[in-house]
Amino acid sequence: MSVGIIMLVHTALDRAEQVARHWAAAGCSVVIHVDGNVGRKTNAAFQKSLSDVADIQFCKRHKCEWGTWGIVAAAQSAAEQILANFENVRHVYLSSGSCLPLRPVDELIEYLDSRPRTDFIESATTADVPWTVGGLDQERFTMRFPFSWKRHRYLFDKYVELQRFVGWKRKIPNGLVPHMGSQWWCLTRQTLSAILEDPERDTYDTYFSKVWIPDESYFQTLARQYSTNIESRSLTLSKFDFQGKPHIFYDDHLQLLRRSDCFVARKIWPRAERLYSAFLTDAAGAMKKTEPNPAKIDRIFAKAVERRTRGRPGLYMQSRFPNQDWENGVTSGRYSVFEGFSDLFEDFEPWLAKATGSKVHGHLFHKEYVEFSGKQTAINGALSDSAAHRDYNPNAFLTNLIWNTRGERQCFQYGPSDNQKVGWTLARDPNAQISVISGAWAVPLFKSNRNFAEIRKIAAKMQQIESKHLNVLRSPHAKARIRIWTMAEFIEAPMEPLQTIIDEIGQNALRRLAEVPRMTDLKGFGQFLQNLKNQGMHPYLMGDFPVYSEDDLAPNSQPRKPYLVQ
Amino acid sequence: MGIWQSYRLRIQRRRWLVRAIRKRRELRTVANRTNRIRPSDLLVFSTLRNEVVRLPYFLEYYREQGINHFLIVDNDSTDGSREYLEKQPDVSVWSSGHSYKRSRFGVDWLNWLQMRYGHGHWCLTVDPDEFLIYPFCDTRPLRALTDWLDASSIKSFSAMLLDMYPKGRLNEQPYRPGQDPFEIASWFDAGNYAIEKNKKFGNLWIQGGPRSRVFFPDTPELAPALNKIPLVKWDRRYSYVSSTHMLLPRGLNQVYDEWGGEKASGILLHAKFLDTFTVKAAEELERKQHYAASVEYKAYAESMRDDPELWCKWSEKYINWRQLEILGLMSKGNWA
Repeated sequence: MSVGIIMLVHTALDRAEQVARHWAAAGCSVVIHVDGNVGRKTNAAFQKSLSDVADIQFCKRHKCEWGTWGIVAAAQSAAEQILANFENVRHVYLSSGSCLPLRPVDELIEYLDSRPRTDFIESATTADVPWTVGGLDQERFTMRFPFSWKRHRYLFDKYVELQRFVGWKRKIPNGLVPHMGSQWWCLTRQTLSAILEDPERDTYDTYFSKVWIPDESYFQTLARQYSTNIESRSLTLSKFDFQGKPHIFYDDHLQLLRRSDCFVARKIWPRAERLYSAFLTDAAGAMKKTEPNPAKIDRIFAKAVERRTRGRPGLYMQSRFPNQDWENGVTSGRYSVFEGFSDLFEDFEPWLAKATGSKVHGHLFHKEYVEFSGKQTAINGALSDSAAHRDYNPNAFLTNLIWNTRGERQCFQYGPSDNQKVGWTLARDPNAQISVISGAWAVPLFKSNRNFAEIRKIAAKMQQIESKHLNVLRSPHAKARIRIWTMAEFIEAPMEPLQTIIDEIGQNALRRLAEVPRMTDLKGFGQFLQNLKNQGMHPYLMGDFPVYSEDDLAPNSQPRKPYLVQ
Repeated sequence: MGIWQSYRLRIQRRRWLVRAIRKRRELRTVANRTNRIRPSDLLVFSTLRNEVVRLPYFLEYYREQGINHFLIVDNDSTDGSREYLEKQPDVSVWSSGHSYKRSRFGVDWLNWLQMRYGHGHWCLTVDPDEFLIYPFCDTRPLRALTDWLDASSIKSFSAMLLDMYPKGRLNEQPYRPGQDPFEIASWFDAGNYAIEKNKKFGNLWIQGGPRSRVFFPDTPELAPALNKIPLVKWDRRYSYVSSTHMLLPRGLNQVYDEWGGEKASGILLHAKFLDTFTVKAAEELERKQHYAASVEYKAYAESMRDDPELWCKWSEKYINWRQLEILGLMSKGNWA
């Protein structure tokens, strides 16, 4: 028994000729349908070029436009011709001019011979398929589509809207259950002739000619009526992208296609010389008799679709610049922001680096400079330490930093004396872990040797800025992991919060902190705050500090070592 | 965008087109071989001045990628560039002695040539020191890309300018004609680019890289723009507005995705920083024919006195397009 091949061709006729010869040489009967849009001369030349092969015929031409009836009409004409003219054909394989057989044709013939009653046609009910593009699934079958989707999109859309609004619905004839699937099928003579010779065919044709993309549903639906044994998959490897266009195969897919073990692949770039010469001339192929296995190719194309629709989180570049809240991740990785810690602890940064093994920077957003770890003038990605550059686009600075250091957790200090423009970005970024000791900015002031009037002024300003910043952090739109302690609260029991933060960073396996950062000497801080109050400034962010702490009363002022490692 | 804004952009586009038609008088035909252009050919458009050293590799690089014809405006070269180009079988040359600045840095001239010869073709508009890199460029010719863009109904393709520089002083390694410039200038900045959206034209405004880092440490806003849309399926109604940074109609500038996905994009490797640069910078400063009162060249001249090194510890060495894609400088999009 032999296999009949229908080829629907519209461009790259030279390649179609090559493939047709290949089919015919292996003993297949071929009927070619040339798109009605192809010029008369071109068509004549094409037919002439194949006139030397007996088993290749040409059928009546129809105009084929994507999504319209023409393609089904073409398949029907070709199928009728092939069944009538080639007696010994048992299976008919529908393919296109840009299909390429990957395995020796003998293997296909053998494969089909051992499954004489099986129809290979992907066919699923509309409720079960995820691939419909344009949101039209069931509606394809209940609406009319007189306007071209490609050429008159506006009218197409408006007419769909109108039908939805009015509620016009077409009746599906004879209780057919619409099925959809890949348009590339391989049917047995029995099934195909039953479809073509059905007494109700006129009814069906009239109905389907107004369905949208009938080539994906006509044979798929009717085959369910007659076939005794449907294998719902296509023997043609064909992948679609997120817009429903077929992916194209190039020379560099050669190995991938070889390993797929599929019989036919679509769609091949017409200039992919290596693919054509490899698959059409090299008959070796070693009979493997394996089932087609397109999984690997699936992965590659699924990844491509994912990249196009979701992209890489935290990446901002020339062809990915998401609107706010559509980023799918403001930044590309987790990082920690510490506010007030380096004011309260003398050796906080080296301690943190040691405890977590992450990269610890100073104040990256300091007004006058960028304090990269190790006082470097630039960091990964040649991100410079120029404050002017950073302030030109603080958000880009942050997202660049996190993107450039993918795989290494970044920690940095932040406070009310830093550039505040990045505050919102930090707060709404789920990757940020923000820990705040509010009011700790007063410690350096307390330690400084400035005139009190000046200190008072600075303190007032800092408090204002920090309070604004805290409002942002407490806003319902903030998505970061945020913890805020007042300074008084924090120094009461500093180990517990530190342990929580370090555990959450989780670089090291969970273990108790062996070493603690050294807290600065706060003797007299209570009095300092009281002095501010006496000057009419009300410092409240640091919480309630007694004017005289126990330390202050102690006679010998040893540097404080107030807390225990548990 | 309102109807009014849309109308104003339309008027502006018309104005540039009329200007381009008017400026055609400034072009003198040196060698017009455009009758050899076939309907589906890929074209390169370029304007240059005194680049004879670079031309052999430039032409070879793009011929290799599958460019069929080059249309070049020579702006008064004195080093034999014109004579060299005239001899090439696939190059059409025009020359102009008029002001580069007053032709809006060559845009008017090229807009005219594109209107006249580029209609319906994929047109690549590049300077002789810009080399296009696109996804799979090591295994697929440029036509594979343009065919895919056609099939995807995409009309313009973005390729950010990536400044390449050597390790060490700029004039340490001399560049020989025909040599791959990236044997010398093989380093680049991987991750210091700042992006802003231009609301009016809908394009992105990208600044950063070594030029910004070294020449504009305190004034990043003056640093040159790096966003480029060099590859366009041309229509005679299109017009470049400012260099190849943006076009009208503004839909062509929508080369980026705003909903989180990545569109396919490429890179223009910029071989500006070779030993030829010092001389060129001095000359251009003299001619005052560049953008924004040549502020860029002033900054170069200033810094060049100290003979700076663009290379730093964090510079990245160029390997191939896959490296650029992993670094997030370009993307395959959904081309696989």
